[in-house]
Amino acid sequence: MSALLEVADLRVAYGQVEAVQGVSLSVEPGTIATVIGANGAGKTTLLAAIMGLLPAKGGVHFEGEDLAYVPAEERVARGISLVPEQRDLFATMSVQENLELGAFRRGRAEIPQRLEEVYALFPRLKERRRQHAGTLSGGERQMLAMGRALMARPRLLMLDEPSLGLAPLIVRDILKTVSQLRDTGVSILLVEQNARAALAVADTAYVMELGAITLSGPASTIAADPKVSEIYLGGGH
Amino acid sequence: MDGTIALFLIQDGITNGAIYALLAVALVLVFAVTRVILIPQGDFVTFGGLSLAALEMGRVPGSVAMLLALAAGAMVMDLVAARHDFRAKRIGAILLRTLVPAGLISGAVVLLAPLQLGPAVSILLTACLVIPMGPYLYRIAFQPLARASVLVLLIASVGAHLAMTGLGLVFFGAEGYRTAPLIDANFQIGPLFVSAQSLLVIGATVVLLVLLSVFFGRTLIGKALRASAINQRGARIVGISTELSGRVAFAMAAAIGIVSAILIAPLTTLYYDSGFLIGLKGFVAAIIGGLSAYVPAVGAAFALGIVESFSSFWASAFKEVIVFMSILPILLWRSIWSPPHDDEEE
Ligand SMILES: Nc1ncnc2c1ncn2[C@@H]1O[C@H](COP(=O)(O)OP(=O)(O)OP(=O)(O)O)[C@@H](O)[C@H]1O
Ligand SMILES: [Mg+2]
Repeated sequence: MSALLEVADLRVAYGQVEAVQGVSLSVEPGTIATVIGANGAGKTTLLAAIMGLLPAKGGVHFEGEDLAYVPAEERVARGISLVPEQRDLFATMSVQENLELGAFRRGRAEIPQRLEEVYALFPRLKERRRQHAGTLSGGERQMLAMGRALMARPRLLMLDEPSLGLAPLIVRDILKTVSQLRDTGVSILLVEQNARAALAVADTAYVMELGAITLSGPASTIAADPKVSEIYLGGGH
Repeated sequence: MDGTIALFLIQDGITNGAIYALLAVALVLVFAVTRVILIPQGDFVTFGGLSLAALEMGRVPGSVAMLLALAAGAMVMDLVAARHDFRAKRIGAILLRTLVPAGLISGAVVLLAPLQLGPAVSILLTACLVIPMGPYLYRIAFQPLARASVLVLLIASVGAHLAMTGLGLVFFGAEGYRTAPLIDANFQIGPLFVSAQSLLVIGATVVLLVLLSVFFGRTLIGKALRASAINQRGARIVGISTELSGRVAFAMAAAIGIVSAILIAPLTTLYYDSGFLIGLKGFVAAIIGGLSAYVPAVGAAFALGIVESFSSFWASAFKEVIVFMSILPILLWRSIWSPPHDDEEE
């Protein structure tokens, strides 16, 4: 029970339809866990429920504490940050203002130092710091969403499809950043369509189908699984 | 009409326009953050004005009872919402933000009111009484409806206004009051007589608008309010709670209401139910500005004030008709030139 995040039998329903049906998973400190699965498998729903944005049944424990009655805003303060699939940036505010708001729960005093760290990680954002977030390119938006999440100095960073709509080279950069972050001690829960890239950086992996986890284990084992390689990795190597 | 009259009318119009600008800004602020069209904004103004008048006469204002009633309502709502998690700490926190502050403020007002300590103290006490009404009102009427459509929120807003006016009659009575002007002087600039009160109105409005723009542009909490107006979910995932933004927006609206009250209470007699018509002028200006932008709303408010003062000169019986009719061509023009959009986000 030393896991940073422990999800037990989580269930999320949209009206009658249960989109997440009893998912259990855990993220160990200092590791990358990935959840791969087809469109509509329920991955985004799972992350939203862990973040506290959707009402859910079942248990979510973070650092051993039950989050059942902890609202999303409070979960941020406790060290969970989400980079959502829609990015949810503040489009008519500048890049720098978006980043500053990422540190909302940490207070003004920490902002300058955090900004410096994020700009060191994404120099492109520094060049564009006065530009409105809504005018950024897709890749820059992704960087901004990650930077904004990092401003909160999370212990668990949840990324929903960071590679969505990005060129292969940028995907590689982003995933390289993700593994750098792990090396600085941030644990990561990574949701990806791009299973090959995700399995390459992850330590543990979960395969999600129709709202349930059907397979789990070390990322290398999952990558070698014949069924996984056929369905998610586009046939044998 | 000669130049002097025109100048006088313009001065009068700008003075009224400044007051409408304050109302419009409060409405835009609350709408942007919570999507509530705040009909009770005018009630904050009248309750502020009536409280000032009562304190000036050394009486305990009806807003004491009003504040206690709203705080009690908010406390009940909070306790019901906390029923799953009934720990002493949680209940303590609820009391600390509802009955405890309301009780302390009421106690202070009851003690200090008979001493008649002058306008500065009256203004301070009025602010302490009326500003918390904003967040309590939000807690009672709007927080449970955070996900509702703009229409449902508008209906709740009308309901809240009717309830507040009803309570206003009970707590303040049906009599109208007016306060003494803060400064009583007149200057002559060329052909124009300028009253100090109207300079005060314009000056205070300009100062408040500048302060607001600094607040939204420079402070973290101001930026957080803008953020929750732009993207509610984005705001939540950086840790800005929807409830917190709502409470801050309502508190600011009530505070702006007090400034309006200080400025108009010496100019017009206020009754418990004057709020609606006062609020409506601000609403017209906010609508003309599109309900979501401060600068056009302020511009529209000044234009409205000038239209009103000229129409009261030429056709005083139709003053209100002309003011409210002026919204029609503008809405028509807006609907032709701006693309249709849904009132729901996403
Ligand atoms: N707001 C909603 N209301 C009703 N059903 C929804 C809602 N959001 C998602 N769903 C349904 O829940 C299921 C899971 O959706 P989810 O977005 O979690 O999938 P996903 O695994 O993230 O897919 P993708 O890889 O395409 O992003 C889908 O069948 C979807 O249609
Ligand atoms: Mg998804």
